Amino acid sequence: MTFPDWFQILLFVAVATATATPLGRYAASVFEGRVRLLAPVEAGFYRLAGVDPAREQGWLGYTFAVLAFNAAGFAALYLILRLQGVLPVNPQDFGAVDADLAFNTAVSFTTNTNWQAYGGETTLTHLTQMMGLTTQNFVSAATGIAVAIAVTRAFARSSARTLGNFWVDLTRCTLYLLLPMAIVVALALVALGVPQTLEGSFVAQTVEGAEQVVSVGPAASQVAIKQLGTNGGGFFNVNSAHPLENPSYWTNALQLWAIVAIPLALAVTFGRMTARDRDGYVLLSVMAGALLAFAGLAYWAESAGNPIVQALGVAGGNMEGKEVRFGEALSTLWATFTTGASNGSVNSMHDSFTPLGGLVPLFLMQLGEILPGGVGSGLYGMIVFAILAVFVAGLMVGRTPEYLGKKIEAKDVKMAMLAVLVMPLFILGFTAVSAVMPATLASIQDAGPHGLSEIMYAYTSGAGNNGSAFAGFGSDTTWYNTTIGLSMLFGRFAIIVPVMMIAGSLVAKPRLAPSQGTFPTDTALFAGLLAGVILIFGGLQFFPALALGPVVEHVMMLDGTLF
Amino acid sequence: MTTHTDTTAAAPSGFSGALVGRALRDALVKLDPRALVRNPVIFVTEVVALLVTILFVRDLVSGGDALFTGQIAAWLWFTVLFANFAEAIAEGRGRAQADTLRRARTDTVAKRLADPARRDVFQKVPAEDLQVGDVVLVEARDLVPSDGEVIEGVASVNEAAITGESAPVIRESGGDRSAVTGGTTVVSDWLVVKITAGAGASFMDRMIALVEGAERKKTPNEIALDILLAGMTIVFLIAVVTLAGLGAYSGAALAVPVLVALLVTLIPTTIGGLLSAIGIAGMDRLVKFNVLAMSGRAVEASGDVDTLLLDKTGTITFGNRMASELIAVPGVSERELVEAAVLASLADETAEGRSIVELARDRYRATIPQTPQLADEAEFVTFSAATRLSGVDVGGRRLRKGAVDAVLRFAQNEPSQQPFQAPHAFTAAVEKIARSGGTPLGLTDGARILGVIHLKDVVKPDIKERFAELRRMGIRTVMVTGDNPVTAAAIASEAGVDDFIAEATPQDKLDYIRREQAAGRLVAMCGDGTNDAPALAQADVGVAMQTGTQAAREAGNMVDLDSDPTKLIEIVGIGKQLLMTRGALTTFSIANDVAKYFAIIPALFVVALPQLGALNVMGLATPQSAILSAVIFNALVIVALIPIALRGVGYRPVGAASLLRRNLALYGLGGLVAPFVGIKLVDMAISAIGLA
Repeated sequence: MTFPDWFQILLFVAVATATATPLGRYAASVFEGRVRLLAPVEAGFYRLAGVDPAREQGWLGYTFAVLAFNAAGFAALYLILRLQGVLPVNPQDFGAVDADLAFNTAVSFTTNTNWQAYGGETTLTHLTQMMGLTTQNFVSAATGIAVAIAVTRAFARSSARTLGNFWVDLTRCTLYLLLPMAIVVALALVALGVPQTLEGSFVAQTVEGAEQVVSVGPAASQVAIKQLGTNGGGFFNVNSAHPLENPSYWTNALQLWAIVAIPLALAVTFGRMTARDRDGYVLLSVMAGALLAFAGLAYWAESAGNPIVQALGVAGGNMEGKEVRFGEALSTLWATFTTGASNGSVNSMHDSFTPLGGLVPLFLMQLGEILPGGVGSGLYGMIVFAILAVFVAGLMVGRTPEYLGKKIEAKDVKMAMLAVLVMPLFILGFTAVSAVMPATLASIQDAGPHGLSEIMYAYTSGAGNNGSAFAGFGSDTTWYNTTIGLSMLFGRFAIIVPVMMIAGSLVAKPRLAPSQGTFPTDTALFAGLLAGVILIFGGLQFFPALALGPVVEHVMMLDGTLF
Repeated sequence: MTTHTDTTAAAPSGFSGALVGRALRDALVKLDPRALVRNPVIFVTEVVALLVTILFVRDLVSGGDALFTGQIAAWLWFTVLFANFAEAIAEGRGRAQADTLRRARTDTVAKRLADPARRDVFQKVPAEDLQVGDVVLVEARDLVPSDGEVIEGVASVNEAAITGESAPVIRESGGDRSAVTGGTTVVSDWLVVKITAGAGASFMDRMIALVEGAERKKTPNEIALDILLAGMTIVFLIAVVTLAGLGAYSGAALAVPVLVALLVTLIPTTIGGLLSAIGIAGMDRLVKFNVLAMSGRAVEASGDVDTLLLDKTGTITFGNRMASELIAVPGVSERELVEAAVLASLADETAEGRSIVELARDRYRATIPQTPQLADEAEFVTFSAATRLSGVDVGGRRLRKGAVDAVLRFAQNEPSQQPFQAPHAFTAAVEKIARSGGTPLGLTDGARILGVIHLKDVVKPDIKERFAELRRMGIRTVMVTGDNPVTAAAIASEAGVDDFIAEATPQDKLDYIRREQAAGRLVAMCGDGTNDAPALAQADVGVAMQTGTQAAREAGNMVDLDSDPTKLIEIVGIGKQLLMTRGALTTFSIANDVAKYFAIIPALFVVALPQLGALNVMGLATPQSAILSAVIFNALVIVALIPIALRGVGYRPVGAASLLRRNLALYGLGGLVAPFVGIKLVDMAISAIGLA
């Protein structure tokens, strides 16, 4: 543990939090239709798609559009994966992807998960990466943001019927938010040494004089959006630990910012669009506070290192599975940011973390990917918890609970609880089944509690739409491809649908004026309360499972047993 | 607020032996799963209790650890029984009230008129055979057979059966006092009543059903809370069921009773068990205030009220104008003025007249002559609507007091040396009083104007603090009055209301309520007349006065049996307290879970993974005692919280922010800490007596 490391952690969180305000306000003006720079382009798209941008949709229409769009996206990606062998831009001459892997990968990218059961540079053609994956990197991110904006409007409007037009939100989000940011970040990455080429590979002469085939490709463009859109699917198999995907301290710093920039900013957008800035900052402070706390915990665990290894004479923290150019602080910070933000990219191997260090990414994902969560999905997930917090504690001030002037009633609570059920059902359910079937246990690399953590991590990552993996876990089997695929699918849409139903219910309610008797949701006390509710409603149910995984492993490590 | 001791509607406040005995019996009856399924948390507890009981029998037969399984099973049943007991005791308190009400409703015979115009031809029919629209005759000493509207006659009616107030009230056709209630007794004269409620639907029937809890429907907020609790139950079911698989992986075969123990301690049994008791007790508190809520929804809504519309008269002011000051014109001494005022008011039996005498005695230290002594020499002039004057002719003096213009006219017509001219000081004082919202009365001796009596609406002494209190709770108060805007503004500022509606017509009230609602505020009001009905119906909480018309009572969603408009303030407090109690106990229940994990998880895996013993922060004696203590604590905490559920958590009229801080500290942090202490204590106790 060193002071510069602690300072860096603080600094990275602070910078990302600081940029949330301008970025969030800009996003608000985009979705309120005040950014019209590319109006003719926009209008062209609408004409092409036969969409009337002035016609707004109710919750049902909006949800249907989201689902239809994603179903089409899934089908297109699945076909590309299955047909890539006969499609152009295939310099390495890869064949078709297997059916279950193609299903898994198509689900993975449409759900903004980017779980990679495949090795990118050895399985997918450039066309698949660019047309299939990168497209989904943009539109799955835009889908999440659009849903979050629809929910935001549910609070902003009073006794209204409509939540906006999904096609307009999708277009504006891509055109004014994601594309410009991705272009800037991609160019910056190219300048910092990330390759961007249509070549397949080149042959390099190693120091020992041997020849090595180095895969390259259009990496920078994909890396930019994989971070900005909290996707995480790397161009290369080892993701951001790969020296061409993330060559230096500065590319790492830029990507760290890109991972959490939009999710944090959307909290500010929420406050701005509902004309309750302070409430937006309360959500932001919970998100940023959690990032800081969890990064601190992970860094503490990793830099404290492994006492057994240290007893063998290896001084310092736990560097197994970490890149020397990043060290403990930037590796744990990356792990925290990516798992907090539902971004599956890794720059170190979470599997090799100390038990408690590995618990941090696992637990952050189990909390529902809301701290700050995926783009959009983090915000609407957070709002679900805010609704629960307001409902439980709000009663204590003697009024029917309200959040931002909207009464929280039976239907809203029902939908919020449905959304909360998804994570434990899929994570614990599939983990428990996989933990007792001999066939599925073969995928585990390590014995004991660590093996359990590996299985749990896979389903957690899937249901949380994160996409990162405890390396060492062989997930490319029919069972895991299918069940993790289902986890991703339900982890995304079984939350979007109830959330949209909440939006539909809230938008129709009158927006009540705040008074002295109104439960205050724009205070530090509420931020604390919200954090507590997230831990209790989102985390408590995982406590027994975590106790059997990382917690017992940690105690065993202190006792001298490793796995 | 009038506090009166009523004989019928009061609930037994304590826990009498009979009440507890009956509740214990009812707790057993409520084990019926068909009834219990309405309460998902407790239903799940019952199902698993049954499961563990079967395992206990198996252990007895096969020689397993029957002592442990049996104890777990027993405490699970206790958990269910305690929850049932809480509900039963809350219901029992209401039932006692219902029984007294029911006595008033026995076998009434109605005199049905075939022709409403002929009172002498009637047919005796049992009250329950009456149809809506029937016309009946009710004579002295008859019970009113059902709710109805008086269409002919005037009578005094004893309504003690429902209000507990033994003084009879007047009921007459037309006007705002035309509604009669079934079960009340006509004391004198007769009434012809048109029946408005069929058998079983009368006010009394509804009242009985309400206090008994038989008709109790879950309120919207209760439904929402139920969903939350059911959702949490499912979440923990998933966690516990999957734990069997995870445990198997870790080499720990988990016994069913142990998993059940974990499940039951984690699901929110505390609030689940107390939820309906809280609701019943909340209605009960209202009934004790002699307010009948027609639905639980209205009780909840009253906690949400943002704006209170209060009638000025009777609520904010005493209702009668009272003399507050005597102002003499130059040349008239204060003593002379006071004496004249007393003389002119001695025979005036109106409240205003009496208030002048009282003011003279209390503030101006005047000696008050006895009326009979004066009677011989004096001739009293009583007030008449034509002259608008009253006074006395005594010893050559012609003292008159009354409306200013009437006094001036009187003085002008009196014989006098000079042409009559009202003193400048007199007109100035009159104007000043009028501007301040008061009513000036002139006082003259023949043509000699003596001074002005300042009558004013006296604001109740503690009302300003009440309004300040309401403001801290975030509630705006609006005064409704028929006074002119000047008078209204003066009283409004003295009483400290936030707004007022002067010269209010029913339409004004309705418009005001609609405006408030459009701005997103919930409005409560009380009213009694037929013309209040639209506003009562429009308001989110409408409290109709029992003395009011049938129309008003139908339109409101609460009826105040004491007809005391100040009660609106208490009703709001009760509504808030109901919600707060739910929130506080829910928070407490959920916060409890943390400690229970720390008790049970290490105990579950101590054989397979002894390292998890590190989580046994409470230092519980053995795995079995740890599990058992958690289950026992979980059951006992329900009983311990019954008093809070019935009484409601302490409510203070402060802002939401400080209420939240206080309750969060008490029930949130308290809920985190209490089970650590409680489980440890139970563990020490059962280890000491060797149960585990």
